[in-house]
Amino acid sequence: MELCHAHQFRQATNAVAGPPELAFVDAVNNGVRRVPAWPIYFLGAGHIIWLVWLAATGGLGVEPISALEQVLGETGLKMLIVGLMITPLRQFAGINLIRVRRAIGLTAFLYITAHLTVWLVLDLQSFGRIWEDILKRPFITIGMVGFTLMIPLAVTSNNWFVRRLGPMWRRLHKLVYLIALLGSVHFVMLRKGLQIEPLMFLAVVLILLAARIRLRKRPGRVAPGQGRA
Amino acid sequence: MAHRWNNDLTAADVTPYKTFLNRRQIMAGMAGVGLGTIAGPLMAAEEELKPNTWEEITSYNNYYEFGTGKEDPAEYAHKLTIDPWSIKIDGMVDNPGDYSFGDIMAKMTVEERIYRFRCVEAWSMVIPWNGFELADLLELAGVQSGAKYVGFETLVRPSEMHGQKYPVLDWPYVEGLRLDEAMHPLTIMATGIYGKDIPKQNGAPMRLVVPWKYGFKSIKSIVRITLTDKEPPTSWNKANAREYGFYSNVNPTVSHPRWSQASERKIGGGLFAKRVPTLNFNGYEEDVAGLYDGMDLAEFF
Repeated sequence: MELCHAHQFRQATNAVAGPPELAFVDAVNNGVRRVPAWPIYFLGAGHIIWLVWLAATGGLGVEPISALEQVLGETGLKMLIVGLMITPLRQFAGINLIRVRRAIGLTAFLYITAHLTVWLVLDLQSFGRIWEDILKRPFITIGMVGFTLMIPLAVTSNNWFVRRLGPMWRRLHKLVYLIALLGSVHFVMLRKGLQIEPLMFLAVVLILLAARIRLRKRPGRVAPGQGRA
Repeated sequence: MAHRWNNDLTAADVTPYKTFLNRRQIMAGMAGVGLGTIAGPLMAAEEELKPNTWEEITSYNNYYEFGTGKEDPAEYAHKLTIDPWSIKIDGMVDNPGDYSFGDIMAKMTVEERIYRFRCVEAWSMVIPWNGFELADLLELAGVQSGAKYVGFETLVRPSEMHGQKYPVLDWPYVEGLRLDEAMHPLTIMATGIYGKDIPKQNGAPMRLVVPWKYGFKSIKSIVRITLTDKEPPTSWNKANAREYGFYSNVNPTVSHPRWSQASERKIGGGLFAKRVPTLNFNGYEEDVAGLYDGMDLAEFF
């Protein structure tokens, strides 16, 4: 269903876009169709193991705990952003990456889980301090809410749940908008002062969310009945 | 003149890096045969003030003028020109004016001070500074009787300090001390580390070091010192008054709103470094607590 609708829409876009873009979009779509999604999981997991190894052997500098925590959290947020780009890419450029979206979302979850684990086990070191930190420090509260909301999405990401939940699945997975927002706000808040980098992440997330609001207000651009995730 | 405060550690206590590693291996070995639990606490106390390595001290810095990443200062600070350098001393002093770095150094007695350094971000190091007491420099300028505070200012030169192109903080970086804090023998102007000229990422050519306060009070690359009778503005307080007070004494009982200050992580412990309890006034309570008699340190944080 999903693929079929996207294809219809791509053709509509192509009529406006013209041949050079058409060739590019087709090449990308054909390429993506041939590549399986599963290597993404292995690349993500391998990257995390590599980062831990670097941290343990001095490759992440003299303060490896914070460095590891940061790179895992930031990569998780980047993966969430890539996941949020898939629908606008399809609707504005006709590039269809929907096949890899589940793998990207789950890999984001993997990074965030690793980020949380490093914080708990290596950084905080005391389970007694966890509740105090979660309740008393708003940026941690926000991060924890974001992570908690990811759990049901990860659990229901398989085909069985997609079929079982039907239209509910789509509604449930819109939680990712809130998750990405919480993640980027968490990033802005944890830095000292108003720093450029986390604000850029927040801006990108806001733009990607805004893209969806605009789509909704112009139903004419989208074929009737077409899914908007 | 100088030597008002005596180091309980001397240059001989600066452990060579290899010996330091060997000791760690010995300890690890002892832990393996079950002796770690007996010898551990005793050796931990002895090991406590072992200075960090040159590499640790010079590769992990907060110096937002060169970027907000910890590695940014080491990467970009080389662009800074520090010669010629002069410091304007003004305000309530008898001898205001521009003092060149060379002239100051000719009149000062440089000594080594091995101090704990506690960042507000809850990490810490031990650093073998070389420097002179700020009191000596203030004496040179002639502090007038009405002066109650000392304000400090860092260089502004966006062409060489690219972080100043972004409004992360309101440049120039400014800091301040009460006059009695500034005159305290623990308070130094550092010009070296490990007997070498202080690297640019650590605040060359001259920076403040106030070991009982969070690291951001120890302002780097100073170009101006002003004696006043009013509490001078300080950069982090201006940026977020709820999180950073004027005093910013190291205090394990007063949390930063976003994290606990009760413990700290010592740089150099690797991926599995244990947190250690933070000491009141960063371990200098005996020397400085008297400065704050009768003050509510939770209010004046």
